[in-house]
Amino acid sequence: MIKARVTVTLKNGVLDPQGKAIEGALGSLGFEGVHQVRQGKVFDLELDTSDRAKAEDELKAMCEKLLANTVIENYSIALL
Amino acid sequence: MKSAVLQLPGLNRDRDMIAALTRISGQAPVTVWQTETEIPDVDLIVIPGGFSYGDYLRCGAIAARMPVMQAVREKAAKGVKVLGVCNGFQILVEAGMLPGALMRNASLKFVCKEVKLEVVNADTDFTRAYAEGQIIRCPVAHHDGNYFVEDETLKAMQDRGQVVFRYAEGTNPNGSMLDIAGVVNEAGNVLGMMPHPENLIEAAHGGTDGRGIFASALDVIAA
Repeated sequence: MIKARVTVTLKNGVLDPQGKAIEGALGSLGFEGVHQVRQGKVFDLELDTSDRAKAEDELKAMCEKLLANTVIENYSIALL
Repeated sequence: MKSAVLQLPGLNRDRDMIAALTRISGQAPVTVWQTETEIPDVDLIVIPGGFSYGDYLRCGAIAARMPVMQAVREKAAKGVKVLGVCNGFQILVEAGMLPGALMRNASLKFVCKEVKLEVVNADTDFTRAYAEGQIIRCPVAHHDGNYFVEDETLKAMQDRGQVVFRYAEGTNPNGSMLDIAGVVNEAGNVLGMMPHPENLIEAAHGGTDGRGIFASALDVIAA
């Protein structure tokens, strides 16, 4: 079994109103000098394989087909 | 003209849509359940609004990958008209049948109100009943209607007249680029829009401004 973590983040240039709101909230809590807050998603997965290359290929396909919307999001894959 | 309405778990505007289509075309649409892999011969397929699959992952993301959407894609490729309203629009962009993406409203709030729409392109299968530049009223009710598309694609879309509706008179409720409220695909037979025209089609609704979209698509424009 392979454990993996997929991180999905908004592409540069895509407005992130949630990130902006979080940035504002951090400021109002007294955390100063915080900039460019961007919200993303993390997926933890377990795959029934021990073939790391195959796992990466599958995870890439999962990202392209479902986990990320590649119009607005980037993704990165880490095998744990 | 015959029409079909998709029904998926979490969509909740299907009854309004069925009522609108029945009233305007004079015959009830067929309903198509999520697991079906074939859609009967119709002239118009409508994906109504709601919160398909709880809007989990991203709005419309799960619905866009259900088998029934493959059937919708095949019909659209053959020239059948497809209209997606609200969640239906989100499903169409997630399915890659329309360009761009619909993101969280800039205000981060769910908006439920009436807006003004400018008919930017009246030369489509869905807007023939209107005049170019006409301003119509239409209700909106959504949390994720903030339309985004890359600049390059947007320019090409504008050149091809794919921007069909824009929020007018400062009524953009979601921060969408260029106040975009509705777009068609390159072939012109797939329209997605955030506002709900099905909720403004008879006197009891307080107006009939939304009727023209169905009258155009169903080819029943009064002479």
